[in-house]
Amino acid sequence: MYKYIFKRILLMIPTLFGAAVLVFFLMRLVPGDICELRMAGTGQYFDERALQVCREQIGLTKPLFVQFFDWVWGIARLDFGVSMWTGRPITEEIGLRFELSLQVAIMATLTATILAIPLGTISAVKQDTWIDYVVRSFSIAGIAMPSFWLGILIILGLLITTQRYFGVPWMPPIQYTPIWVDPWANLSQLIWPALATGYRYSAVATRMTRSALLEVLREDYVRTARAKGLLEKLIINRHALKNALLPVTTVIGLEFAFLMGGLVVTEQVFNLNGLGKLFVLAVTHHDYTMTQSLVMLVALVFVLTNFFIDVFYAWLDPRIRYR
Amino acid sequence: MSRFRIRTTIAVALAFAFALWAAGPAAEAAPKRGGILKYVVPAEPPSYDGHRETTFALIHPIAPFYSVLIRVNPDNPASPTDFVCDLCTEFPQPTDGGKKYTFKIRRDVKFHDGSPLTAHDIVATFKKIIDPPKGVASARKAFYAMVAKYYAPDDYTVVFELKHPSGAFIPALGNPYNFVYSKKMLDKDMRWYEKNVMGSGPFKFKQAQPGALIGGVRNDNYHHKGKPYLDGFQAIFADKQSLRVQAIRGGRAYIEFRGFPPKSRDDLKKALGDKITVQESDWNCALFITPNNKVKPFDDVRVRRALTLAVDRWGGSNYLSQIAIVKTVGGVAFPGHPLAATKQELEQLAGYWPDIEKSRAEAKRLLAEAGFPNGFEFTLHNRGVDQPYKIVGTWLIDQWRKVGLKVEQWVQPTGPFYSVLRKSKNFQVSIDFNCQSVVNPLVDVSKFISDDRAGNNYASYQDRVLDELFDNMNRSGDPAEQRRLMRQFEKRALDEQAYTFITLWWYRIIPHNSIVKGWKISPSHYLNQQLETVWLDQ
Repeated sequence: MYKYIFKRILLMIPTLFGAAVLVFFLMRLVPGDICELRMAGTGQYFDERALQVCREQIGLTKPLFVQFFDWVWGIARLDFGVSMWTGRPITEEIGLRFELSLQVAIMATLTATILAIPLGTISAVKQDTWIDYVVRSFSIAGIAMPSFWLGILIILGLLITTQRYFGVPWMPPIQYTPIWVDPWANLSQLIWPALATGYRYSAVATRMTRSALLEVLREDYVRTARAKGLLEKLIINRHALKNALLPVTTVIGLEFAFLMGGLVVTEQVFNLNGLGKLFVLAVTHHDYTMTQSLVMLVALVFVLTNFFIDVFYAWLDPRIRYR
Repeated sequence: MSRFRIRTTIAVALAFAFALWAAGPAAEAAPKRGGILKYVVPAEPPSYDGHRETTFALIHPIAPFYSVLIRVNPDNPASPTDFVCDLCTEFPQPTDGGKKYTFKIRRDVKFHDGSPLTAHDIVATFKKIIDPPKGVASARKAFYAMVAKYYAPDDYTVVFELKHPSGAFIPALGNPYNFVYSKKMLDKDMRWYEKNVMGSGPFKFKQAQPGALIGGVRNDNYHHKGKPYLDGFQAIFADKQSLRVQAIRGGRAYIEFRGFPPKSRDDLKKALGDKITVQESDWNCALFITPNNKVKPFDDVRVRRALTLAVDRWGGSNYLSQIAIVKTVGGVAFPGHPLAATKQELEQLAGYWPDIEKSRAEAKRLLAEAGFPNGFEFTLHNRGVDQPYKIVGTWLIDQWRKVGLKVEQWVQPTGPFYSVLRKSKNFQVSIDFNCQSVVNPLVDVSKFISDDRAGNNYASYQDRVLDELFDNMNRSGDPAEQRRLMRQFEKRALDEQAYTFITLWWYRIIPHNSIVKGWKISPSHYLNQQLETVWLDQ
């Protein structure tokens, strides 16, 4: 097992280096630069000399390979540098948003898991009954409906219904309050994006649970268990579901990793100051250092999630570690 | 009813109406103190240094922390020529043939750290703006080309001496970005103000949560006694427009100072009725059509004139103002400014003729003369932002179709859009815009001068006649002479040579919660943002 884990850790290094090379050079292929956006993007008059000063200050006048090696050397020392747009340390900028994104990701994952596993199980067990059809419709609707659109509907729905029934329109707060400062304010802001994203996330996981469980329920050992006269509940919970959850775990893990930086539009819809919004702004502003660091962070989250999933698989299925 | 009674009724009604008119609007209630003004800002400023940045995203959250030497009158911000003192005691009359301005500085002004603000701080501030040391960016240095020297003869006097009289000097001085910084801080680190805030304005810096908000609290030692009325403010960053509208509807914010499209105004008004107050104004931003003068066939003045002649600005104003943030038909100078063309003057220019059919017939004739009797195809380069770029772009395509031109729209995100406009210049015709703060037509029209002099002229042409007219306007201290030169400049730029032309001027619409009082709309989202006059009626 240790050898397997060691090999998996070694494999992470070239993956992360590849991501670093790709993001660094791809970003520079996009036309436009940060200083032009900063000065000319407002339509205001500006002095051309200010543009040159801006480029010199953020290091854009250095040769490309010098910029690359400076950055990689910085990362090797865990120094991610400063944002080209705000001049603030990148670790500070990311740290500020990480907490919020992590909380939304955890809440959405909990919502998804709580919904998906029971619904997927019921749907599989009651295959081709009306219950199955309802669950399938619910999950297909979730897949079809973008979470940002659901978010807009939630906000509009809250505004309209509260105005109609209480006379005063209410919408979720647009400023983040940490949960330990004011749990009520925190939850009244974050529960809605967690529901919007959790629903879509649960739809994928429900479909996966259903199909995995259906496959497992047709296995010989389940038939044997039934022939032995075991209780159906016991067969499902102890024998079938445990095995069916392997692919579901993969889906949940990957979706969690995606949520850490991928809630781009949903964060904008709810004005969440999270990593997704930071990502969009960094790309829009041509903030190379910030975009590179965020891509590396997301790559790291994905690589680590995959690593833990693989280790989990190996723990669940000993055949994997001997391959 | 007898004829006498009808007459009496009409007379009484008229007298009542006259009395109402004569009484004017009800006197505004006395300002109330207290409360936190929450407003949404569409973007976060890259730094806190007003001298360096050009975005309104800096003005909205940061201007309340600072004082300026002079400013647009907060009680009359709609006027493009009404400047008043902020740090000076009285507005100076120029001496030495209009070449010397002596400002007496208030003695009761303190920075937020308690240190007194003197003339030396003001001189140090303008030194950073006009003569920045190496490695320090000053975005508007060129506004002060007429300044010969500036100095503080004593602790409470600042003198500006000009090379020549200039009508552009006072508006340049009144630029809202000219935050007065502490000399002590600048001496320590010229770039200190990029990451720190310490001014002498109506509000003191309280907090900044990157990406989320900037907040201020009342400065009890503010030099305009009795102000500000608010206990503080919170500028909340929200980049999505629909969210900003909903925030006002849901009471999470009271106002957004940039401007909303007509539809958002109507939606808010419909949902909240009297709880929403709407203020509207012409906007000192103009949307341009910029042909690439170096690319065929746009190097031919006949083709460029045909492009502008095909556009029905008067009709477009009616339709587009219902769906986009554009409305006013105008020439090179901000409509309503004394230097702007009147309607009669405009109607003499190509593209502004009152008879659009005649105008389009002339466009077709010019196209035929240039060798395109059946029109031709070209690409309109546009910015990937709905308001007002894509909407006006789509409208233009239809306008040009009416003279036989087939146009395809090439929409790009802001970064690549500017890269094409400024660097590669591989466009045929592009949308462009000019958006300034203080209404200062003498400087604002610099966008039209030769591209080797104006960094923001993307049409790729040089015209020394225009340059000379521009210089003469700026050297003249006589408003009548300036106006005469401005007409010649306008005629040459928009009509005779049709280098680049204006579609419509923007229109600013601010629907806000009715509890917000004391704030008056100005022709620019950069102006009147110190918030000292704002109070909450709650």
